[in-house]
Amino acid sequence: MSVLIFVESNKGKFKKSALEAVYYGAQIAKQKGSEAIALLCSPADNPAELGKYGASKVIHQNLESHTDNMVVADLIKQAADANGAEYVIMTNSSLGKSLAGRVAIKLDASLVSGATSLPESDSVSKKLFSGKAIASIKLTADKKVISVMGNSVIPEEIGSDAPVEAGSYTARTGRVTVKESKTSDGVVPLPEAELVVSAGRGMKGPENWGIIDEMAGILGATTACSRPVADTGWRPHHEHVGQTGVAIRPNLYIAIGISGAIQHLAGVNNSKTIVVINKDPEAPFFKAADYGVVGDLFDVVPRLNEAFRKFKQ
Amino acid sequence: MNLLVCISRTPETTAKISFAENNTKFNSDGVNYIMNPYDEWYALVRAIELKEAVGGKVIAINVGGPENDIVIRKALAIGADEAVRVNGDPNSALFTATQIANYAKENACDIVFCGKETIDYNGSEVGAMVAELLDQPFISYASKMDVEGTKATVERDIEGGVEVVELDTPFVISAAKGLAEQRIPNMRGIMMAKRKPLAVVEATAVDAKNEIVSYTMPAGKSAVKLIDPENMDELVRLLHEEAKVI
Repeated sequence: MSVLIFVESNKGKFKKSALEAVYYGAQIAKQKGSEAIALLCSPADNPAELGKYGASKVIHQNLESHTDNMVVADLIKQAADANGAEYVIMTNSSLGKSLAGRVAIKLDASLVSGATSLPESDSVSKKLFSGKAIASIKLTADKKVISVMGNSVIPEEIGSDAPVEAGSYTARTGRVTVKESKTSDGVVPLPEAELVVSAGRGMKGPENWGIIDEMAGILGATTACSRPVADTGWRPHHEHVGQTGVAIRPNLYIAIGISGAIQHLAGVNNSKTIVVINKDPEAPFFKAADYGVVGDLFDVVPRLNEAFRKFKQ
Repeated sequence: MNLLVCISRTPETTAKISFAENNTKFNSDGVNYIMNPYDEWYALVRAIELKEAVGGKVIAINVGGPENDIVIRKALAIGADEAVRVNGDPNSALFTATQIANYAKENACDIVFCGKETIDYNGSEVGAMVAELLDQPFISYASKMDVEGTKATVERDIEGGVEVVELDTPFVISAAKGLAEQRIPNMRGIMMAKRKPLAVVEATAVDAKNEIVSYTMPAGKSAVKLIDPENMDELVRLLHEEAKVI
């Protein structure tokens, strides 16, 4: 019996979400008195480091690309079979979401995607209705696949470097070719961001975004926007958070000049702390906020930037 | 081309969420249902556009009971050529995916479309399962797709950007915002939808692998703490000392 964790890396580094998955898997292994084995299929500078978060062994087999989920799922299946995995854990990322269903079918396993808690008697929690309800779901099959929602566990260093062995599984031929990848470098992607500064129609125009970028710069935050702002082309489509855009769960979400329509809230209501700055005291967003500032954003934001700058010194 | 579009029936976005039978069942009393927006606005419309460009037919498939027919008729009114309802209780992604894959196998579909997720269970599971059951590639979160002959070029949303991929039909795709523009059914479409075929087939049995133990509501937010707009140092202090997020 074992717990197999599929670990993603990005340009040789492990994202926080990857370490969370390893830690999550290690906690299950501890519960079950079994072993947590990490499977890594992309380049990594220091695979042994996964041992610190609880992996007892790292199987490393590089694939040219992760994009073809048929190929990746096939390797996971082989690794799960070879190691008698009862649980298969992965991140609830864009890759994880495209893999989880595939792997569950291959293993004839139960699946919960986007779990927010560790299993207790094989039951996990998951948010439904964009965070408006929580379900406790029991995984009843012998094998279980779980994709873990970001920020659900806080990974701690609980071990030391793990032995790394080369994987010798057979990779099938892929049917999907990557032509191009366009990502903004140096910025934490929204689904993984801890701090998010977001602005809406109250900004009046794209030329006024300087104060938003400034705040993001001071805090090391990622910028986001509301749907109307993305639709009118003031900001790029990938910055749109909300029901039809990206769903986020940062520690701090600062919403500036956004009224807080239910579709917007659906994408951000998993944030730990929400600050709303709006000149309309009746803006629905204040009902979902922890801290509110009623005032003209063109006065308030520069003042807040100054206060953040002072704090950071 | 044979284009199969999976459509799901979901409570509308603003529906009040509550649970019945000792918090083990969704309470549907007074809830309005709609076609899942990702299925309707993006998956269905892109399939119709593609058929208009290259010919073929668009088949809408739904797994559920007769109460779903109104949503299926809407798909026909928007422009699907025919529809099939697999009669059964869509109580898990596995059940739903199995029915869709069975149909797609028998009817040689070039592309199976679904929405990126349903707005109720937010699972994002059915597309990947259908692809695996068909042993076909799966492209998730597609925001743009061009097809020429059997070759497709697809842009998909990834963390912090997009990825452009190429592949051959057949495949399964999940639709995100940007793949198409919403179409409102017109009167002619609504009239024609009444005459379009809506076949009903019985679902095959699937062993359940999950069990809902209970539903709960998240703890309510306490009231917002308003900060004097002149005193942003106070807000920074609260974020640091009280909320401990900076």
